[in-house]
Amino acid sequence: MIKLSSWGRLSRQPHTCIALNDRSSVAGQLEQFQPGICYGMGRSYGDVCLNREGISWQTRGLDRLIEFDAETGVLVCESGALLKEIQDLMVPRGWMLPVTPGTQLITVGGAIANDVHGKNHHVHGTFGEHVQELILQRTDGQLLRCSSAENADMFRATIGGLGLTGVILQASLKLRPVGSAWLDTDTLAYQSLPEFFELSQASEADWEHTVSWIDCLSGDTPRGIFLRANHREQVPPDHKSQSSRKKSGLQMPLVPPVSLVNRLSLRPFNTAYYALNKRKEGAGIAHYQPFFYPLDAIGHWNRMYGPRGFYQYQCVVPEDNMHGAIGEMLTAIARSGQGSFLAVLKTFGKRPAAGLLSFPMPGATLALDFPNQGQKTLSLFTRLDDIVSQAGGRLYAAKDARMPADMFLRAYPALSEFTNYRDPGISSDMSRRLMGS
Amino acid sequence: MSSPSANKVQRIVIVGATSAIAERCARCWAEQGATHFYLLARNQEKLSAIAADLKVRQPQAEIVTAVGDFVDPAAIQSQVTEIMTQAADIVLIAHGNLPDQQQCQASLSETAEAIQINGISPVLFAEAFATLMSQADRGTLAVIGSVAGDRGRKSNYVYGSAKGLVTRYVQGLQHRTAGSGFKVVLVKPGPTDTPMTAHLKQNGAALASVEDVADDIVNGIAKGKPVIYTPSKWALIMMIIRHLPRFIFNRMDI
Repeated sequence: MIKLSSWGRLSRQPHTCIALNDRSSVAGQLEQFQPGICYGMGRSYGDVCLNREGISWQTRGLDRLIEFDAETGVLVCESGALLKEIQDLMVPRGWMLPVTPGTQLITVGGAIANDVHGKNHHVHGTFGEHVQELILQRTDGQLLRCSSAENADMFRATIGGLGLTGVILQASLKLRPVGSAWLDTDTLAYQSLPEFFELSQASEADWEHTVSWIDCLSGDTPRGIFLRANHREQVPPDHKSQSSRKKSGLQMPLVPPVSLVNRLSLRPFNTAYYALNKRKEGAGIAHYQPFFYPLDAIGHWNRMYGPRGFYQYQCVVPEDNMHGAIGEMLTAIARSGQGSFLAVLKTFGKRPAAGLLSFPMPGATLALDFPNQGQKTLSLFTRLDDIVSQAGGRLYAAKDARMPADMFLRAYPALSEFTNYRDPGISSDMSRRLMGS
Repeated sequence: MSSPSANKVQRIVIVGATSAIAERCARCWAEQGATHFYLLARNQEKLSAIAADLKVRQPQAEIVTAVGDFVDPAAIQSQVTEIMTQAADIVLIAHGNLPDQQQCQASLSETAEAIQINGISPVLFAEAFATLMSQADRGTLAVIGSVAGDRGRKSNYVYGSAKGLVTRYVQGLQHRTAGSGFKVVLVKPGPTDTPMTAHLKQNGAALASVEDVADDIVNGIAKGKPVIYTPSKWALIMMIIRHLPRFIFNRMDI
């Protein structure tokens, strides 16, 4: 048994780990060792990848690339390949993943199972929209080729399916061409929610990437930093094509005895962060790695929250109610004094969901880290849940470790349909918590 | 084959190419621009998957895969002769398995098999390559040994003795070829996170990542280091273990 945690480090429970290393042996391994759940990089925050006291199928050994078509940009790869490996190889050849989340240290399988999104949702939607085909190994030995043309229902269930429909062996991903590894950026400070929403709306047509950092202690007239960016066709003069192979030396070497993010540190940090970034207002140029994945430069940054770990609360609220609901939540958070400097507010575009259980919907999404302070933190979440539910919004399963099952049921109307596609040999801490099995 | 620049690696031969460490080394070489691979192993399906992967990483690469005999000396000789009809810049001998010490103690045939695949077989391959490579007076031959070969320990001395054989063999070969254009490298990985060590991980052992080990090997070969301990901390650990007096060593449960 090996003790496994997810990124939030809220638990550390023993698992029987079964390493999946080659595609042809997976069927036999699943038959012998089940029920289980796939574990890739353990970068989801809650319990979607955990199965305490049970079986964990480790997918990182399934990391071979299978085929790349340089005409169409379609890459076929095994599901344990990292987004970073793909981009390190493909960006110099002029191709990039159209959608990546705030870290590229995740597996392709995890990106599909959580149907992750990035800063360009209004242009390219979620990761699942760029999956052309996947091969799914069910625990009963069936091998299914899934696409919008073949086993289309299973395809829709597997995208955002929380790993519960089978083990994804390989996927065909449609990459997008890029002229360079660089972005033209624009940084703007904002001082209220209406200002944020105006900026978002005004940026949608001309900017591919939009995101904002928000000071979670500033209440319902929040200050924040709005970032927008477009890909550059050419490498900017005076900038070399930056190599990413060299590891940055920065990392959190140990778990501090208490969270470094706390009442004393948070307010000064937010004030300083806002002030420093306000000075950077205006146009700039950034390499895609620090722009999209700033925290990837710091190894084990999740340790800074101390031995009790942390929660991330990420919700989306629909467009009609977003102004009021986001304001209410920010007020509740500021009043509680909890939170972190890692707080993100952005709007989603109007796109049909790729998967049955995909998270995004047209509206605004707010994501915040909270050091785990036990009951105090959970009480705040209950308050936030009420606001989200009343506004008709929902929480992101990839980040969740604690939402009540009835909230999940209400917020994901396709759940009952999804249940038909579940693989009976797969079970996770999350599936038992939210779906009863 | 003529090489346009002295340090440009072009043709790589890997024996035991489906081992996790060898596969990661091959990726590094492919991404660095190696254009010819000869991959030898026992399982064609796994070889094909690895060849496809290398082809995506290095579209210019020509990759030959072959399934071979790892035991019969005559088969090894003819296989190597065929491989070396073209000169190689790097030959990596990477095959092996990790036998269970208790099972070896209970069965002489298990012991014989473990020593055969981890000791005798790599040595036979190395000797066959060494003859042809030293005639060509170029290229690097790297053999994967193990820190376990540095001193016999009760927890794994059958495996350790096979790897100890590899260590002594490479030492001798390095002595024989000293000063020539043909380099010989001994790689000694510590416990590494691969399918071979899955049961150690289950018991809570701290294992090095296979990517880091492969990086060390590829860099060490490029620099022509005679011995590569990876991760490098094992050089110090094993120096201490080798030098511990017997009355202390015998009290240790390692």
